[in-house]
Amino acid sequence: MLATPKQLRELGILGMNRRNVSMIAAKNPRHLYPLVDDKLKTKKIAEAAGIAVPRLLAVVSQERSVKDLPRILEKYRQFVVKPSNGSGGKGILVVTHHDGDNYVKSSGDQISMESIQRHVSNTLSGLYSLGGRPDVAMIEALVQFDPIFAEYSYEGVPDIRVVVYMGFPVMAMVRLATHESDGKANLHQGAVGVGIDIATGQPLRAVQHGRPVTHHPDTRHKLSDVKIPHWDRMLKLAAACYDVTGMGYLGVDIVLDQNLGPLIIELNARPGLAIQVANGIGLLPRIKRVDGLTDVLKKPDDRAEWSMREFGML
Amino acid sequence: MSARVKVYITAAVLVLIGLGMALYKNLVLGFPMFPGNQQAVWTIEAEVNFLASNESVVASLALPSRSPKISILQEDSASSGYGFIEETSGSMRRGVWSKRNARGQQALYYRIQVYENRSIIDVDSANVPVIEYPGFDEPLETAAISLLDQIREISANNRTFTSQLLLALNAEAPGQNVIMLRRQTKSDEDLAVLVAQLLAMEGIAARVISGLRLEDGRRRQQLSYGVEVLDGDDWEYFNLETGITGFPDRFLLWQRGGQALLEVVGGRNSSVQFSIVENYRGTRELPLNANKNEGAALIDFSIYSLPLAEQNAFKSILLVPIGALVVVIMRLLIGVKTSGTFMPILIALAFIQTTLVAGVLIFLTVVGAGLVIRSFLSRLNLLLVARISAVIIVVILIMAIFSIISSKLGIERALTVTFFPMIILAWTIERMSVLWEEDGPREVFKQGAGSLLVAVIAYLCMTNSIIEHLTFNFPELLLALLGLILVLGQYTGYRLSELRRFEPMIEHFEATEKADAGDTKTTS
Ligand SMILES: Nc1ncnc2c1ncn2[C@@H]1O[C@H](COP(=O)(O)OP(=O)(O)O)[C@@H](O)[C@H]1O
Ligand SMILES: [Mg+2]
Repeated sequence: MLATPKQLRELGILGMNRRNVSMIAAKNPRHLYPLVDDKLKTKKIAEAAGIAVPRLLAVVSQERSVKDLPRILEKYRQFVVKPSNGSGGKGILVVTHHDGDNYVKSSGDQISMESIQRHVSNTLSGLYSLGGRPDVAMIEALVQFDPIFAEYSYEGVPDIRVVVYMGFPVMAMVRLATHESDGKANLHQGAVGVGIDIATGQPLRAVQHGRPVTHHPDTRHKLSDVKIPHWDRMLKLAAACYDVTGMGYLGVDIVLDQNLGPLIIELNARPGLAIQVANGIGLLPRIKRVDGLTDVLKKPDDRAEWSMREFGML
Repeated sequence: MSARVKVYITAAVLVLIGLGMALYKNLVLGFPMFPGNQQAVWTIEAEVNFLASNESVVASLALPSRSPKISILQEDSASSGYGFIEETSGSMRRGVWSKRNARGQQALYYRIQVYENRSIIDVDSANVPVIEYPGFDEPLETAAISLLDQIREISANNRTFTSQLLLALNAEAPGQNVIMLRRQTKSDEDLAVLVAQLLAMEGIAARVISGLRLEDGRRRQQLSYGVEVLDGDDWEYFNLETGITGFPDRFLLWQRGGQALLEVVGGRNSSVQFSIVENYRGTRELPLNANKNEGAALIDFSIYSLPLAEQNAFKSILLVPIGALVVVIMRLLIGVKTSGTFMPILIALAFIQTTLVAGVLIFLTVVGAGLVIRSFLSRLNLLLVARISAVIIVVILIMAIFSIISSKLGIERALTVTFFPMIILAWTIERMSVLWEEDGPREVFKQGAGSLLVAVIAYLCMTNSIIEHLTFNFPELLLALLGLILVLGQYTGYRLSELRRFEPMIEHFEATEKADAGDTKTTS
């Protein structure tokens, strides 16, 4: 029923208290949070540093620009409207194509220009942002999700979470939406987490609700067959996020675009602990290895390669 | 010096100061560590009744002033529509109610709380008028003279004279004179007046005393009477029936001297009735005996120096840190999820007013009803501020409906619903419903149950009589508590809930170990 603290220590599991005190409070400077919490800021610094992100098409920051939306959106066949300070997928409107005045959502439903304008207007007044604060609406390019994951995800889009400690990718997992998680890639809502070997990008094991599973509960595909292309590019991308944000303990969310390859979709200053369960191993030994490293590795690519050498499990 | 060490040093200093001050108060100033010592406090209510005759009314009731061996804690008068003032002349106090016009049956109340305090000795009462010799009508005059002659023979001084007189008046087989005199005395008050008049005839200064025996649960009580006799320089109290001297214990002196207890102008059929309730309070709750601990700065600057009403307010404020400690422990050590960090403390404070079971039921009903209504609101796409405001109004409506229905059903307890902080309830409902939308009902039940559990534990700690006593009497212990919380804030170990959460990993780990061991066996 219960593990003993000793057992958890032996596995090197990072607990919530330790995460809050020694990781988040100690390694993530408070004043840098907006760089991560505000998606627009994240995107700007990432683009400036040459980190691949979904392209920013437009920003609506004032109510009076809302009436210009038809003109702005005219030239784009597909786009995503997103609150800059949103979380948990709230307020994200995905438009997959349009002709003339007809816009079609990812769900297949039609949506009128007026509805889009109302949605943006609501976003600006803070309907979807944390604490109801006024927000800005980002319009970004639709990610062309790589069909390679199609068999492993139900109704939703999988993403890859990499935890980056002091610039070193230390652990990774793929999050697969399920019927139960309502298409969302959130583990505590019932999404499947697949731990990924840092060295090779091969799946290690999979869990749902903290318990091991071998097959996707809806698509019935074997999870040990998941293949992740561009693995080293992903890790290098994740490692580079440390340099632009200065966050010592960072969660990097990556999606795979059919044409553009891995793109950073979101950064998180308070990444959760479930990644340890998905990998079947604790974070602490790897964190200690990074802390004990004497060489100075300035380049993100070098750090990613170091991690691939050090943290292989297979 | 690392931040960690700094925290530990600060915490140690705080704990030492807090405990040190508390020990000093305990050992040197004699504050008891435990609430053991309880003292009886009597609440006495005088109810004045009369029939108003549709004109202006002035009702004047004699009020107790200083009473030997008794301290007054608090007094107030409650009578709607009446003006109330206190009049003092010499050592006499009267409460005067007045109203321009009143008709029908009237009830006026005066309430006083007292407790025994042996350090209060007497009372300057030299200028209380004595009873004067009124002159009796015949044949009473003759009977009185011959009774006094008999008593004079068998007594030596004022004191023995009074004792003998009381013996004679209360004799089981009274003589002819006594029978005649006692025919006039229908009440205790009459007897007291008679005794004082007889003593005046003899040239002995005497006066009538009235008061209440302090016994629990008395209703429709009347005043009891005695006489005081001047013996040398001292006034000596005599019990009318037994002739025993010495001021009685647990006796609240109401009136000294012969003034009317109640005077009503503008009303008929007036009467006064007394009821007495006894309850127990910790000794420390009563104002300190002023001169006992004089000069101890710790006490001059303590909560006791505040007026009683403020002391009471502080009593609940001082309990909040206890609730905070419970929250810290439950969240950091146990890992209970709550909705809103300190919401459970406020709920626990409400439980103190409502009592536990009623409080939990009310809380569940209001939040449950609120969630249902909030789910309709969420379809309207309101902005946050408007949404919360709408929820607040809904909460108030639920509270009002709740009160009305339960009062109609005669469930008095449910009326305490108003003690729940409605803004907090509204935020709780808002948070829970967002949680429901985003993470589903499971998470809502988890956090709801967690919050309630923490609130109940906080309530149990806050109502514990020892904790209550310690926080109120040794507020310096808050420093020690602060130190403890600082240390807990540094705790980086596992939470109890994590032992459960990560337990499947242990299984997995052991399974793979075994598999590896099997592999090596087959290959070798
Ligand atoms: N540009 C995009 N193209 C396609 N889908 C997107 C895009 N941006 C976001 N999404 C979808 O919305 C989800 C949530 O987006 P994210 O940026 O992580 O916001 P949040 O902070 O609300 O989680 C993603 O997991 C993805 O499925
Ligand atoms: Mg996300």
